[in-house]
Amino acid sequence: MPWPPAITDIEVLKHKPELVALLAWKSAAIDGAKFDRNELTVYVERTCLRDACLALKNNSQLNYNALMDVTCVDWYPNNPRFEVVYHLFSTSTKKRLRLKVRLTDDDPQVDSLVPIWPGANFFEREVFDLFGIRFNGHPDLKRIMLPEGWNGHPLRKDYPVEGYR
Amino acid sequence: MPETIARPPVLDSTEDHTMILNMGPQHPSTHGVLRLMLEIDGETIVRILPDIGYLHTGIEKTCEAKFYQQVVPMTDRIDYLCPMTNNLAYCLAVEKLLGMEIPPRAQWIRVMLNELTRINSHLVWLGTHAMDIGAMSVFLYCFREREDVLRLFEAVSGQRMMTSYFRIGGLALEPPLGFFDRVKKFIDRFPGNIDEYEGLLTGNPIFVNRIKGVGHISAEDCLALGGTGPTLRASGVDVDLRRDNPYSGYENFKFKVPVSNDGDVWARYVVRVQELRESQKIVVQALEGLPEGRVKADAPKVVLPDREKMKTEMEALIYHFKIVTEGFTVPEGEVYSPVESPRGEMGYYIVSDGTAKPYRVHMRSPSFANLQTLAKMCEGRLIADVVAAIGSIDIVLGDVDR
Repeated sequence: MPWPPAITDIEVLKHKPELVALLAWKSAAIDGAKFDRNELTVYVERTCLRDACLALKNNSQLNYNALMDVTCVDWYPNNPRFEVVYHLFSTSTKKRLRLKVRLTDDDPQVDSLVPIWPGANFFEREVFDLFGIRFNGHPDLKRIMLPEGWNGHPLRKDYPVEGYR
Repeated sequence: MPETIARPPVLDSTEDHTMILNMGPQHPSTHGVLRLMLEIDGETIVRILPDIGYLHTGIEKTCEAKFYQQVVPMTDRIDYLCPMTNNLAYCLAVEKLLGMEIPPRAQWIRVMLNELTRINSHLVWLGTHAMDIGAMSVFLYCFREREDVLRLFEAVSGQRMMTSYFRIGGLALEPPLGFFDRVKKFIDRFPGNIDEYEGLLTGNPIFVNRIKGVGHISAEDCLALGGTGPTLRASGVDVDLRRDNPYSGYENFKFKVPVSNDGDVWARYVVRVQELRESQKIVVQALEGLPEGRVKADAPKVVLPDREKMKTEMEALIYHFKIVTEGFTVPEGEVYSPVESPRGEMGYYIVSDGTAKPYRVHMRSPSFANLQTLAKMCEGRLIADVVAAIGSIDIVLGDVDR
């Protein structure tokens, strides 16, 4: 059965508890939202990401206490080019939430989540390694998969298939 | 471009009286090409830094150049000890993108094979973990039963390890005649085998003393560091996606989720052995209640037609040709589909741009995140305990490095 079209109107989605909490916390930090295929995505202003995660984690009803995944999507040649994707999970309500931060090509950096979840360490290093996103406040931001002297970031869409020569 | 020499990272000692010990990447008890840099003060670990990436093959990049159906054989090369779980996680993600219904028979066979995969994976873990700690004979017992599971996989898919048996929309084909009888024969005697392993280990004072109280991690630390699966459940967090976010018809099965509050290597041993017993029960239920019907969804544009139909129907031949040469398009969107792999949460994040090839495939692999808990388990402990702790988090380096 095909899915209904994605809902991107934030007014229609206002009843979602995650959005209620985030909008009550700081409505200027929310860049948009999407509900598609039973998954809720919230776009967060990049300067507010760490505080938004803290607000979701400390909210006693939502209790998003686990960061399951950090990754990135490169929408080259569009601008803003990068979308850093965070998947949160709550061990008490068993619900999931996707947070996204849009980053431009000339300034691809965002606050690190290591101070909140130390487990973000490897994930952010991987995104740094393969996409070249800088995570401010990361304790040990260096390549994790590729050798130290590697040139370029292979998961970027403009990376040549055979690598830079 | 500046001349740079690829050099493995080096850890510098923080104190005068400590030294750096390099462990791996060729070390038998790291279960693959894992390199650990240990800063030690005498026999005590001060700091531990994993160095990974020796098995990085860029699977995520490769997936972007393949049709959706061509990605299936890539997925079981990630975590080669639980190929079916990877196949399932990927197929579920694409099926969710497509909004596809899978026939119940296919779902039940998927569950059955997934639990056999869990048994297979836990047997390799138990055998190698016990061998690391010095109980050699358990390894032979475990691999005896693992061989039976691999033969079942071979019967159903033609491959022992890289099965690639699941397809988007169901299964590749109906299991062969007599397959379910073979599964039943194996699964009925399997509880006796678990008793054998437990007889060799659970009451063995050398084994117990070696792992009890070792490699302790609290629930908060484990969760914050990204631990999932048995590693997290052994610290007392009751999360199992098969029960909490049921997929592929797991809501029809009755099973317990073993949890322990001890958080040490012993607790992880107990939780996994209990899981073996629960998996056995699920396979029995899947055999008993197996529904009749087709094993492929009725979606001619996505699922390859039956071989017989291709010989008699023009339509089927056209669809076959189209799917093989052009793939099938998937509507725009993104999904994250998590499943409970033997190691923890295995999630596939797929972004579709509406073409026949995925725009982005990301695997959230449980070993990668679980590896971060290792430092917490080992710091302040003895070197010999590192080996026990590595075994207890059950990492697969193919899964870590992808």
